[in-house]
Amino acid sequence: MGRVVLVTGVARDLGARLASTLFDDPAIDKVVGIDVFPPQHDLGRVKFVRADIRTPVVGKVLAVEDIDTVVHMNVAAPERGLAGRGAAKELNVIGTMQLLAACQAAPAVDKLVLQSSTAVYGSSPRDPAMFTESMAARGGVRSGFPKDAVEVEGYVRGLGRRRPDIVLSILRVGDVLSPYISSPFGQYFSLPVLPSVLGYDPRLQFVHEEDVLNVLRRATTTDRPGVFNVTGPEVVTLSQAARRLAKPLLRLPSVGFTSAATRLVRAMGARYTVELTRLLTYGRVVDTTALGDDFGYEMRHTTGRTLDEFVELASPGALSALGVHHG
Amino acid sequence: MDDSREHPIVVPIGTRGRPGRGSRSHSPSAAARSLANGAPVPSATAASRSRVRPEQSGSTRRPPTGTAPTPPLTSIDGGAGDRGRGNGGAEESPHPPPGADGTDDIPVGDWIAALLAAAQEVLGEDWEARSAVLVAQLRKRVTGDYEVDPFGLDPQIQEIAMAMLRPMSRTWFRTEIRGAENIPREGGALIVGNHSGTIPLDAAMTMLAVNDHGGRTLRLLGADLVFSLPFVGELARKTGATLACNEDAERLLRRGEVAGVWPEGFKGVGKPYAERYKLQRFGRGGFVSAAMRTGVPIVPVSIVGAEEIYPMVGNIPSLARLLGLPYVPITPLFPLLGPLGLVPLPSKWIIEFGEPIRTDAYEESAADDPMLVFNVTDQVRETIQQTLYSLLVDRGHPFF
Repeated sequence: MGRVVLVTGVARDLGARLASTLFDDPAIDKVVGIDVFPPQHDLGRVKFVRADIRTPVVGKVLAVEDIDTVVHMNVAAPERGLAGRGAAKELNVIGTMQLLAACQAAPAVDKLVLQSSTAVYGSSPRDPAMFTESMAARGGVRSGFPKDAVEVEGYVRGLGRRRPDIVLSILRVGDVLSPYISSPFGQYFSLPVLPSVLGYDPRLQFVHEEDVLNVLRRATTTDRPGVFNVTGPEVVTLSQAARRLAKPLLRLPSVGFTSAATRLVRAMGARYTVELTRLLTYGRVVDTTALGDDFGYEMRHTTGRTLDEFVELASPGALSALGVHHG
Repeated sequence: MDDSREHPIVVPIGTRGRPGRGSRSHSPSAAARSLANGAPVPSATAASRSRVRPEQSGSTRRPPTGTAPTPPLTSIDGGAGDRGRGNGGAEESPHPPPGADGTDDIPVGDWIAALLAAAQEVLGEDWEARSAVLVAQLRKRVTGDYEVDPFGLDPQIQEIAMAMLRPMSRTWFRTEIRGAENIPREGGALIVGNHSGTIPLDAAMTMLAVNDHGGRTLRLLGADLVFSLPFVGELARKTGATLACNEDAERLLRRGEVAGVWPEGFKGVGKPYAERYKLQRFGRGGFVSAAMRTGVPIVPVSIVGAEEIYPMVGNIPSLARLLGLPYVPITPLFPLLGPLGLVPLPSKWIIEFGEPIRTDAYEESAADDPMLVFNVTDQVRETIQQTLYSLLVDRGHPFF
């Protein structure tokens, strides 16, 4: 008998893609998608339940559909068209608490895969060069999405203590960069001029959506307990990324950067994710050795390749006339 | 062009380029008229009536001097076009455009020859291949096609930084390097030094010494303040520095890099001039346990000379607290001379690399034995302190 999987957060691009991928997997009998918003993409033959995971309804869904595996992908930074700032926090934290309460009460559930984020490491000048899974944040998780992600991971670990029979996989996914998937960095790099912090050139890492989906699928179909960083190996600096995109950087002073960038980006007809500010100042690099050694997945795309693929499919930048494009 | 050779232009100094004495503001003086030989004499009444300066009325007649403007058409296609058209061009443009007359006299062939000679001078005999490499590198920079290691080291920026420090080390500080054979040629090593000088130039100079005399890139371990400061943090990361914490130190040493640490920290850099060459507490011994865990040798380095570059005679603690800095120094020249006070005094430097202290003989658990760690820390500190005393005797006068 195959598995019956519940995927939360299917209204977003990555959730919808995972639900369709899991449906095609022979080891899985049935995929149920749940979200409070209607899905933006065609989910195919995946069963969609429109429900709010912040209410006890989710417990009924688990019982009725006889779910044994839960893939929780509803922890995400606020996004345009979906949830605003306050609503996102409610969804992230309260939604997770309700979902975990339902999982604890449902004896059939024996596996939980959490799509967390590398945002749990924060971003500060006191950061080590590379974060491993055992390290904690040194700063920059006091507010917003990073704080949500830290709290959610805490609740999930709590469930692990109360229900030791549930296999827990916590995947700390880095910044997805893809022309097909809406993400903070994808929106940022689509701007004609990139606002950046004067005097700082952060080291960044990006992950290809294909790698994220592969890792999530493998965690769903096989038992891979533990915490793993999932991001493209190697690093690029922001200035390097801007040069590859052939887009000019607009250096703004760090004092008042968030409000200046928010206005500037709005003038360019896009939305600025305030969580980017710390990342654009101090950057963040994580170690993905454990993913290869313990989880058993070799990343197919390095940060550089992910960026190059994004550059190829994105519209050419203003400075592309300066040199022949690399890649 | 040929016209100007036959009739030399003489413009007396202090006349704003107008011929004649300064007193005649609207028409040239008799003396000036006689200088511009053969030129027709303009009617003084006509000139004063139209209130036009002589050089501006040049379009109506043959101008007396070379400062006359050329018709707009010829000034667009430039001097090269005139040359190509031969004598036909002389009718349309009797004179080259202003400003271009100096360079126009040099043939193109001479320009090329001079450029080739300059390229050979700067880049050496194989200048052609080297300039091609340079252009390719520049293109890679512009398109972002270069590698940065996980710590943020950008090898090209690091090379440029070394090239900028080299003259400072050689001519300004006249640095003498001793014991360069103690820098391991391969594998990991931890270089531990004494810190001083208000602004940590000693770390930069040691980096250069390891680069030039050991052929290795020294990876500095810096305080978190370095990485929170704009520009400073960016430059530090690009030249290979990273945060001084156990995780980073061990990661670097496991990769087989040479890491450099100054365990005194701000207590060493920011100590008053009166306490020069007195080593402060050597941190909490974290560097010893990092070296023990990774089994790499500790190379003690003693630096003499850095204490005198900015002799700190005072401190403004209240301002330092306001700015979030560990200290705001007062030196004999700073802030008295403003930015000029930031020029380091030309003290004489000696950097001595001591014999490596091996840590691979200790057991795995040695790093967790605080007593042993403190003992080794003390041993390193004592070695550096003793070397400092003997180097001070060797050096003699701090500046000459």
